Amino acid sequence: MANVKNKNRQSQRIVIQGELTIYTAMELKNKLLVDLSVTEELELDLSEVGEIDAAGLQLLVMIKQEATTLGKVVRFTGHSPVVVKLLDLSGLAGFFGDPLLIVYPSTVEGKSI
Amino acid sequence: MIPDEYLQTFVIECRELLEQMEEALLIVEQSADDPEIINAIFRAAHTIKGSAGMFGLDPIVVFTHASESVLDRVRSGDIAMSSILASLFLEAHDHLSVLINHVAEGSYPSDDTDSRGKRLITQLETYLGDKMLDQVSASAEVPMANESRVEREESDAVGTDYWHLSLRFGPEVFRNGMDPFSFVRCLSSVGNIVQLVTIIDAIPAAEDMDPESCYLGFEISFDSDADKLAIENIFNFVRSDCSIHILPPRSKTSEYKHLIMELPEQEMRLGEILVKCGTLTPKELNNILLFQLDQGNEPQQPIGEVLVEQQLVSPRVVAAALEKQKQVKDNKKNEANLIRVDAEKLDELINLVGELIIAGAGTNLIARSARMTELIESTETLSRLVEEVRDSALALRMVQIGGTFNRFQRVVRDVSKELGKDIDLVISGAETELDKTVVDKIGDPLTHLVRNSMDHGIESAELRIARGKPARGTLKLNAYHDAGSIVIEVIDDGGGLNKEKILKKAIERGLVTEGANLTDKEIYSLIFEAGFSTADVVSNLSGRGVGMDVVRRNIQALRGTVDLDSMEGQGSIVRIRLPLTLAIIDGFMVGVGNAAYVIPLDMVVECIELKAWASDEGDGKYLNLRGEVLPYRRLRDHFAMKGATVQRENVVVVRYGEHKAGLVVDKLMGEFQTVIKPLGKLFKGEKSIGGFTILGSGEVALIVDVPGLMGQIEHENEVNEITLAAVLK
Repeated sequence: MANVKNKNRQSQRIVIQGELTIYTAMELKNKLLVDLSVTEELELDLSEVGEIDAAGLQLLVMIKQEATTLGKVVRFTGHSPVVVKLLDLSGLAGFFGDPLLIVYPSTVEGKSI
Repeated sequence: MIPDEYLQTFVIECRELLEQMEEALLIVEQSADDPEIINAIFRAAHTIKGSAGMFGLDPIVVFTHASESVLDRVRSGDIAMSSILASLFLEAHDHLSVLINHVAEGSYPSDDTDSRGKRLITQLETYLGDKMLDQVSASAEVPMANESRVEREESDAVGTDYWHLSLRFGPEVFRNGMDPFSFVRCLSSVGNIVQLVTIIDAIPAAEDMDPESCYLGFEISFDSDADKLAIENIFNFVRSDCSIHILPPRSKTSEYKHLIMELPEQEMRLGEILVKCGTLTPKELNNILLFQLDQGNEPQQPIGEVLVEQQLVSPRVVAAALEKQKQVKDNKKNEANLIRVDAEKLDELINLVGELIIAGAGTNLIARSARMTELIESTETLSRLVEEVRDSALALRMVQIGGTFNRFQRVVRDVSKELGKDIDLVISGAETELDKTVVDKIGDPLTHLVRNSMDHGIESAELRIARGKPARGTLKLNAYHDAGSIVIEVIDDGGGLNKEKILKKAIERGLVTEGANLTDKEIYSLIFEAGFSTADVVSNLSGRGVGMDVVRRNIQALRGTVDLDSMEGQGSIVRIRLPLTLAIIDGFMVGVGNAAYVIPLDMVVECIELKAWASDEGDGKYLNLRGEVLPYRRLRDHFAMKGATVQRENVVVVRYGEHKAGLVVDKLMGEFQTVIKPLGKLFKGEKSIGGFTILGSGEVALIVDVPGLMGQIEHENEVNEITLAAVLK
């Protein structure tokens, strides 16, 4: 996350872990809306999303749109491979407009040491 | 992601398809090119691939894809179906079943399985050969109704060579366990997605948004050689809650206009999306929108008329659509006629019916003792109805034995390959019905018998020719109903059994004393004795780990019997006799002393008064029944009942298989619906009792096991004769 700097003190960073799917959608929706309500700038760290489906994607669209309506900012960072894959497939990367950080699976270095 | 119940349906369907596929392959292997059958195989593979894709089961998709490609080439006549190819497909079929089993168990295939899959794919791909090169991307992937490809109309057409797909998913899609993106992934299996735009316009503001509803849509520009039907098929699962528009390449401008009108989004926005997809150029879009403005004021025509008038759809597209509709209708019809029911539910129903019968008998009894005519009449009606309910409940569990028999096509094929023998399987009586539980349990013993017959019964081709028989051996499976039981026969035209060898072996093992006078049948049935199971000397029937004694035990556990007939040099018949049902039977109740006994009605031939008709001419062992010798037994003696004898004793003549016997009883009490309850282990040794039942009065009646009792009578008679003969000497 080195390239993400939180200059604005009012910003908040949240890490979404595990599933971003229909099974967690209900719970996540509420959580995201609450998180957005207390900050001006929300950063969602997607690096630990292990699974994402259309419902999850829909949720990301929703929060992004909601932020725009409220004049706030939502940024997605650290997209995990599954997220990148789905964004690619859906052609929505442009809509979100966040720089995609391609995270390679922890590689040779880790093992050799 | 996928709910279990869907996955289960998938597994069940796949297994059915695989069964069909196997059957078809076996036919093809024998008699080569029948386009119908090859089509059937192809369809099975295609459907499996389709549904596997839906569930994102990539290994299955990849593997089926390879088979399907080759099958398609066979179908189009590019490759000839040979027996070698057929057996390769059989291997592929087996691999596929393994994969499906892994899905069912939720486990992952082992490395072995993986490498087998890869090897098979490589083997399959060699059939695609050099033609593969110029078709790499499309890889013969033109499923289904190839001929219904759309004719391209050049005039007034949009310039793109790609299909255009408009999808709007209904709100229930997620809740139905589907992920819109899985369809997109599946699309990639029949072509190339050029451009995909996800439509998020329908997502409401945060407040109104239900995160479990689907608001998504796709506009897809799609490059494929597949036909409309094949593309449509991908969306079979969501057809009901999804709006789908598929426009063929180079469709008329007006069709896009129509599409734009149909879709929920604003026209301008949609137009832009279409442009973004690369389906329309900005100029084309402009034309469409202008055209629409022109016509804006006219009253709307029904869509159908518009379609016809403007010739929006080529006749072939219409034909394909109609055909598809018909198929869907037919499918629906079939589905409506069949319901899958959990076997446990049926068992529960049968149990309840059993209780109902017992309770009904109780009511009947009370009505009689109260001597209320009206009540008696009403209980009679009731019991007639209960009887009907019983019959239909039992009929629910009846299945044809054909399914079990057909499985042996494969067994016979494989074993004969293994043994290097040429053996033909002939099936008859496949429509004979029997209880599902019996069918399930008969598979193993039958397999054993079939393998035994093939291995040790049928001789090698050379020996057969030397013996003047056709080189090709024949194995027959036959089934029929007989006296309340079902008979299954395994018949081979092999060498038969060697009596001397069996007898020698039996004496060696101490099963028979030397010099014992045994009939042929008795000698043959010796091979079912436990001592024979590990036999290595009697080569005719031996050694696959499970012995014939296990076969017999399995069959006896189903209240059945097994016997064997053989003609040396001509072949042998193994006959399995099983009761039709295991739960409820029509019984015939008789009284001996104070106790009641039930004899299965199906086995009762007639009832006669002992003194009036039959006369005892054989020392209390045989009756003269109209000149026929009938062994008989007094149940009173047999069960050692006490109490005074009655004046007029009756004989119930029973038949089982070829044997008849008379049972002497005190009283005939008439028909009785009998719910069979198993006896405890304590009575295991008693062969002449098959179970018990509860009478209306709450008393218990024992059910006479006729085959068991007959066996005992015959055995005792013979022992007596032998001792008698010995005494006379």
